[in-house]
Amino acid sequence: MYLFGYKLPGMSSLILWGLLWEFLGQIEVSFFLPPLSAIFNTLLEIYNSKAFVRALYETGYSFLAGIFFAVFIGIPTGILMGKNRFLDELLLPWVNVFMSAPLTALVPVLMVLFGFGLKSIIITTTLFAIWIIILNSRAGVMQINRSLVDMANSFGASPIDAFIKIYFWAALPEILGGVRIGFIRAVKGVIIAQLLISIVGFGALFELYSSRFLMTHFWAVILVLFALAFTLSELLGMLARRVDYYASKRSQ
Amino acid sequence: MSDQITDNAVSVKNIYKNYGEIEALRDLSLDFPNGQLTSLLGPSGCGKTTLLKIIAGLLPATQGEVFVNGSLVTKPGPDRAFVFQDFALMPWASVLRNVAFGLELRGVNKNEREDIAAKYIKDVGLVGFENSFPHELSGGMRQRVGLARALSVDSPVLLMDEPFSAVDEQTRRKFQEDLLNLVKNENKTFIFVTHSIEEAVYVSDQIAILLPRPSRVSEIIKPKGFRNKDVDSIRKDSEYLDTVESIWKSLRTYVE
Repeated sequence: MYLFGYKLPGMSSLILWGLLWEFLGQIEVSFFLPPLSAIFNTLLEIYNSKAFVRALYETGYSFLAGIFFAVFIGIPTGILMGKNRFLDELLLPWVNVFMSAPLTALVPVLMVLFGFGLKSIIITTTLFAIWIIILNSRAGVMQINRSLVDMANSFGASPIDAFIKIYFWAALPEILGGVRIGFIRAVKGVIIAQLLISIVGFGALFELYSSRFLMTHFWAVILVLFALAFTLSELLGMLARRVDYYASKRSQ
Repeated sequence: MSDQITDNAVSVKNIYKNYGEIEALRDLSLDFPNGQLTSLLGPSGCGKTTLLKIIAGLLPATQGEVFVNGSLVTKPGPDRAFVFQDFALMPWASVLRNVAFGLELRGVNKNEREDIAAKYIKDVGLVGFENSFPHELSGGMRQRVGLARALSVDSPVLLMDEPFSAVDEQTRRKFQEDLLNLVKNENKTFIFVTHSIEEAVYVSDQIAILLPRPSRVSEIIKPKGFRNKDVDSIRKDSEYLDTVESIWKSLRTYVE
């Protein structure tokens, strides 16, 4: 970003928006918008409180478990769909349905099936993340340079070898792109599930703070979640850029 | 050379290949003498690459048989190695790993296969680039990697699919000279697909001219006089020039 011809350091626009927020908070535009400084103060107070640490742990645990399943089921499924026409035609309609379905509506069903605990939250998280991972892995495999596959076959590659040594690596840029979007969707999934189930993790905190009109607490939790999601996405973006160098050169 | 008895390393017998309604190859038979370089030459769409892939075992023939040293081809095997038009290098792997990849897939252990790969990297003149990645190399160097990979599995038959068509003209000439030396020094059978008449005449012991729709062998030409000349004087040889000219005459009617 440039201001009066000077180049400003990255993300300095955030400071500008933060100042605006602080200003609006100070002039008390709304009870629901406390000043940013007050929110940070609250954050400092609560970040090592038992309830907060517990919420963070529960959220982190269900998030990691959720994306673990999404990644380790999603990537192989996507690769297999890209390789195998039959599997593709069998599964693709379902993947597309779930990709666009309002999964939030499924959470109550999951609660009935799997109880009001972490299990339901983990499954919801997986369901939010897995479809885009499958679709991207599939797309990655489908655009593989045909002669790479011929090359592996001509040297007598077993199907397992071809899968691990060619398909996975050749599709890696797309796979990582899918994992990145999957992670962002998983953040939504884990929070939405917690809000709906609302007795564990940040969902419980949200419920507690908003029902008692503790707005600074409420915003503090939201800021933490936004920061976590953003950092995660940027880290994955960095990882994706490391393999991008060959995405464009794959045809060579 | 005509009176010398040569066994056929590869025999293609009555091959048909259909893609649905389209007849790509019809009743094609061809023999590839041991230790020689045979070119498949023809206009685009004449099924040269299809035939090569059938010999490689990468494509099934609709009908007919391919024999490599007497045994029937059903799938790719260690008796054949393939050099690809677009190099088919793994962009995520170093030159060393790319060259050793054929051996890696055949289960040769790491030290041994890297020793063998290093030898062929040296042979193709890429010493110092072992740890480079394909995108850091020029087109010509990439094809040297592809060639080293095919050589390192030490197959008696080398299948080359327009290997020099994606490199620049100077590099191509150098490659053609290197190829002549390779044919002379390695006791291998080369099957070489090209659409360049000059290239085919320059490098081949035998040229099979394929005509399109459906493909068949229209003519087999065996240049003799200049084959044992040194690489520099071939292009000035009158038989070379006449052969190029006569092939062009028979092919020009097929060029729209």
